[in-house]
Amino acid sequence: MALTPDDVGRIAQLARLELANDERAAMLTQLNGFFSIVEQMSAVDTSGVEPLYTPLSAVQEVHLRLRDDAVSETGEPALRALNQRSAPVVEDGLYLVPKVIAG
Amino acid sequence: MKALHEMGVAELGRALDAKEVSSVEAVQHQLERLAAHAELNTVLGLDPQALEHAAAADARRAGGERSALLGVPIAHKDIFVTRDTPTTAGSKMLAGYRSPFDATVVARLAHAGTVTLAKLNCDEFAMGSGNENSAYGPTRNPWDPSRVPGGSSGGSAAAVAARLLPAATGTDTGGSIRQPASFAGITGIKPTYGVCSRYGMIAFASSLDQAGPLARSAEDCALLLGAMSGFDERDSTSAQRAPQDFHAQMLTPRDGASAAQPLLGLRIGLPKEFFPKALANDVDRAVRAALAELEKLGATLVDVSLPRTELSIPVYYIIAPAEASSNLSRFDGVRYGHRAAAHGDLEDMYKKSRSEGFGAEVKRRIMIGTYVLSHGYYDAYYLQAQKLRRMIADDFQACFSQCDVIAGPVAPTVAWKIGAKSDDPVANYLADIFTLPASLAGLPGMSLPAGFGEGSMPVGLQLIGNYFDEGRLLHAAHAFQRATDWHERKPAGY
Repeated sequence: MALTPDDVGRIAQLARLELANDERAAMLTQLNGFFSIVEQMSAVDTSGVEPLYTPLSAVQEVHLRLRDDAVSETGEPALRALNQRSAPVVEDGLYLVPKVIAG
Repeated sequence: MKALHEMGVAELGRALDAKEVSSVEAVQHQLERLAAHAELNTVLGLDPQALEHAAAADARRAGGERSALLGVPIAHKDIFVTRDTPTTAGSKMLAGYRSPFDATVVARLAHAGTVTLAKLNCDEFAMGSGNENSAYGPTRNPWDPSRVPGGSSGGSAAAVAARLLPAATGTDTGGSIRQPASFAGITGIKPTYGVCSRYGMIAFASSLDQAGPLARSAEDCALLLGAMSGFDERDSTSAQRAPQDFHAQMLTPRDGASAAQPLLGLRIGLPKEFFPKALANDVDRAVRAALAELEKLGATLVDVSLPRTELSIPVYYIIAPAEASSNLSRFDGVRYGHRAAAHGDLEDMYKKSRSEGFGAEVKRRIMIGTYVLSHGYYDAYYLQAQKLRRMIADDFQACFSQCDVIAGPVAPTVAWKIGAKSDDPVANYLADIFTLPASLAGLPGMSLPAGFGEGSMPVGLQLIGNYFDEGRLLHAAHAFQRATDWHERKPAGY
């Protein structure tokens, strides 16, 4: 089942990407080219097979480690300044974005 | 004494120990070579403190400290964040980005005394097989500048091959250390998933990404991997195990082996799917000659099968983009990265910033990943791929009941011409066929120079081990390199 131009528009919206018209046409061709090599996957019977989300679980039990929910980085506000030095727009330690709430 | 750039990591370490050379001299020399060979486009940024760090290493050595890596110049793939120099991931999205911290791999190598000279070119967010997807222009292969050096760690591979550096770091998600090592005629190892911390490695596909070294020999790789690896509480998937001395493991003789037959008793599995009819003759010839050499060293060749080798391509190119689409959602033009100059509301700002900041291949993978994770398609694509991934991992375990390591080509051909595949993403994906299976299973794999093919371009031999079997891989590779000199060949003019 090939993707349509509408599908490409819908996926781009989900991905928060804006594609120019020529980009959109090329994307449609390339995605359909890609999904033609994916078809062979669906022919394989995988019933009863557990998905392998993380590779080491193929041979051992993998437990997700969680750290304590506590501040681990100290050194505010110097660290905050370091963290924000690559932010496009900051003011008083806050990240600025376009106005979201009308008023 | 030979020229400084002719020395690999171990050799330079010995010269530094013997006080035949200082770190400052070695660093100065390599900085001059990096500057003199800008035509390869390997460098995205220099570390302005390199000479200071070299002087500090010399002082540590004068103070009695001895370490194989103390004072050795290296450089990092620009996917590892560094606090004191910009990190771009080869993307316009991160032009000028300054991390607040060093990646664990960067910090550990610095702790071991290596001196960072530069950040190296790579495919954008490590997505590519030819280094042609860098926003900062393609890196060229020193063996033939009209060809790609492989990718995505292409800058690392080209710089090491051209003797601009003794070694460099790389990352491998689907072959991004092994394939450029093969294309550039050097040695590289991707360890078992979890051996090197991913903390500070800009995430592409988190269940696949692994760091590793690219260098001129297995011995140099062993030294670097020892310093880079180890448990890190900051990476939730870091393997909890004691620090490993890969160099000692590499040197440990096999039981019953002799000097003439160091690999006696080693069973090397050859998956028939790694030698298909479509494999280029020149690659087939070089790999088979290398296998004959391994036999002479005492190894036994065993026929095995990895029946889902071809399926690895769609499985990988579903899973990796799915994870990438999630990982790259953080680039929103708010906390870091590019923000569009002109935009409307918040959502428009996201869209314009992402569309301007990401290149074509990254957008394609985000689109694929978003689609396969979307409602109604998740089971058919993503879940089915993860189930097949389990079957691929199980296939490897079946092989390892018959053999100790697996061998085959790294790539179906030698390095291609720049531009030859740039209009055809699927052609690029298909060329990853022999590196993807081990990536999906999370197994360690390495590439070592095994001869030359079409256009006098290097051919690599791939060795794949079972989980945490890096020592066995390095031992076999080291034995091969003691008996051959492919890894000592270098491109003309360098």
